[in-house]
Amino acid sequence: MIAAIGTTSYLLLAAALFAIGAFGLLVRRNPLIMFMCIELMLNAANLTFVALAAQLGDINGQTAVFFVMVVAAAEVVVGLGILVSILRRRPGATADDLAELKG
Amino acid sequence: MNDATFLEYVVFFSAAVMILGGAIGVITLKNPVHAALGLVLTLFGVAVQFVAMEANFLAAVQVIVYAGAIVVLFLFVIMLLGVDESIDLSIEPIPIQRPLAAVMGVGLVGLLGAAIVRAQDALVINPGSGIDTAQTTANNDANIQQLAANLYGDHVFAFQLTSVLLIVAVVGTVLLTRKWPRNTPSTESSDA
Repeated sequence: MIAAIGTTSYLLLAAALFAIGAFGLLVRRNPLIMFMCIELMLNAANLTFVALAAQLGDINGQTAVFFVMVVAAAEVVVGLGILVSILRRRPGATADDLAELKG
Repeated sequence: MNDATFLEYVVFFSAAVMILGGAIGVITLKNPVHAALGLVLTLFGVAVQFVAMEANFLAAVQVIVYAGAIVVLFLFVIMLLGVDESIDLSIEPIPIQRPLAAVMGVGLVGLLGAAIVRAQDALVINPGSGIDTAQTTANNDANIQQLAANLYGDHVFAFQLTSVLLIVAVVGTVLLTRKWPRNTPSTESSDA
């Protein structure tokens, strides 16, 4: 199945996806969009894991993706909880406005 | 090029267009709701690539957990906070941030691409015990059975730790977002 496309193509696609996510994380100021960019980067890592699991014939790569998904879900839950409690206090805050600790 | 090979190329490139288009949508669209929909497009593209690589269970989990739960959580927070108005993207607080970030992104792709292309021959050095697929074992549940045996065998301790992680995340979120009652002066004086 992977013979025609080649693992290298999948890895290059994952590299491009990771770079787009990293660029967005640096550029965007809305904390919600920054979280979405983190999800993009996690998905690039997942794509790499599955591609190499298929190439090397090792099921451990797919198990790693399972754990990445669980950790991503926990990270999003906690991150959005923090975000809700911040934005409730000061609506419309961007990442630049959160540089001070005063509540 | 026979029909099956052609079909593989069609699937790969259409899913790649979905992934990269959705990702560019996430970082360029002004409205956070539209960005979340771009994220859905990317996640579905990744699920298609998982199916193409015979990771059927992970493709299902990708759609259910990521596109189903996580994106809904994003949309829920967007609607709850009322931040679904468009953002002015022309504001650039740090003057040369965007060119520098673009240089970083291109450099990252260049470095990773060079490493991937150079390491092409190393990909066959240490082959594992093989992944069961429906074709190789004549069993339609081969992927999920092999994954379950690996997860509940070799990685059972890590699996139990993830349940602890999820409990901590849920309790922590409840504590973080709860509105604590403000201490009135009378209770504070009674404490003192």
